[in-house]
Amino acid sequence: MTLSLRRIVLNALFRWAAIRATLANMSSGPVIFDRPLLRARCRRAERLGVSDFLIARVAEDLAERLSAVMRRFDTAVALGASGEVVSRALMTTGKVGTIVSANAWAKFAPDCPLAVVADEEALPFQDGAIDLVASALTLQFVNDLPGALVQIRRALRPDGLLLAALAGGETLTELRQAFAQAEAEIDDGISPRVAPFADLRALGSLLQRAGFALPVTDIDRVTVRYSSPLALMYDLRRMGATNGLLERSRKPLRRATLRRMIEIYGERFADADGRVRATFEIVWLSGWAPHASQQPPLTPGSAQRRLADALGTKEQPAGEKAAR
Amino acid sequence: MTEATSDRPTGGGVDPKLLEILVCPVSKGPLEYDSARQELISRSAKLAYPIRDGIPIMLPEEARRLD
Repeated sequence: MTLSLRRIVLNALFRWAAIRATLANMSSGPVIFDRPLLRARCRRAERLGVSDFLIARVAEDLAERLSAVMRRFDTAVALGASGEVVSRALMTTGKVGTIVSANAWAKFAPDCPLAVVADEEALPFQDGAIDLVASALTLQFVNDLPGALVQIRRALRPDGLLLAALAGGETLTELRQAFAQAEAEIDDGISPRVAPFADLRALGSLLQRAGFALPVTDIDRVTVRYSSPLALMYDLRRMGATNGLLERSRKPLRRATLRRMIEIYGERFADADGRVRATFEIVWLSGWAPHASQQPPLTPGSAQRRLADALGTKEQPAGEKAAR
Repeated sequence: MTEATSDRPTGGGVDPKLLEILVCPVSKGPLEYDSARQELISRSAKLAYPIRDGIPIMLPEEARRLD
């Protein structure tokens, strides 16, 4: 009797602990980014004066891509810290009704009437309530991207659209390489200094796995030239995009390492005029919440006519080489 | 971080359009609007999310725990 009572109490305790753990950490996958730190970095960027050339380019591109879509979106969510810029871009298209700005940074334009503080990793939107989710250069800092994409897809109404840009795999590859080489030479070993960014193919399959129909990904590669690696690092600070990795080295960067990094960067990635190159790879994602009106693939073997007839050639049985 | 000169209703609560689409980010369950306390209550997650200057703060770590 007491034994079963103990079991009941233990069970209840376990369940309670599990709920607490879920509340404390919504994502069950690895935690890569220190999100409170990233929020602090964004606020610092604000104080320094935001470097917005990249986000401005992305926002312009976003508006252009949306203009090519032949439909209207009643309710749109501008997701992420760049929501302000994204909302404005959405407005210029004239294709969007209500715009809700959502980010965890509590950073909203004063002229944006609908705002909500929300984490990209735990979206507070009802299933099927949104027609468009637009996001620019924020999803690369999400710990659980597959989870975030699933939540976005569920929040979308059937035939709703996700249009997002995020930093891709080759972003800041020069800085990553220069730091790795300098740290290997001068310090005890390499520490992560540039975030791991997802590559195009991985993102495409993530979209598909998250249940998006007609997923499309493409890359916009931007090379920016700076007077020095330090100028690049200062610019990153003004984007709120300096190292936000949980596993970052907590030791201050040594002067010797920094000096060596700058040398290596200059040797390997400078142009003839001495300016250094920095790559920003912007991966564009789009996908639709499935809807009956979208063209589905035909069932294999359901064709009414032969392809060979349409092409005016002779059909070759499979496995045999075509006659030359 | 929000400015006093915003178009948002200040103190007057949250836009009904927003209430229509919001759910609890933890349980994805429905929310009740408590206009007196300026909170959005999720019974299923036992959390009350604050509303500040008409902006719902839908972060579990900012929510008040209900017993």
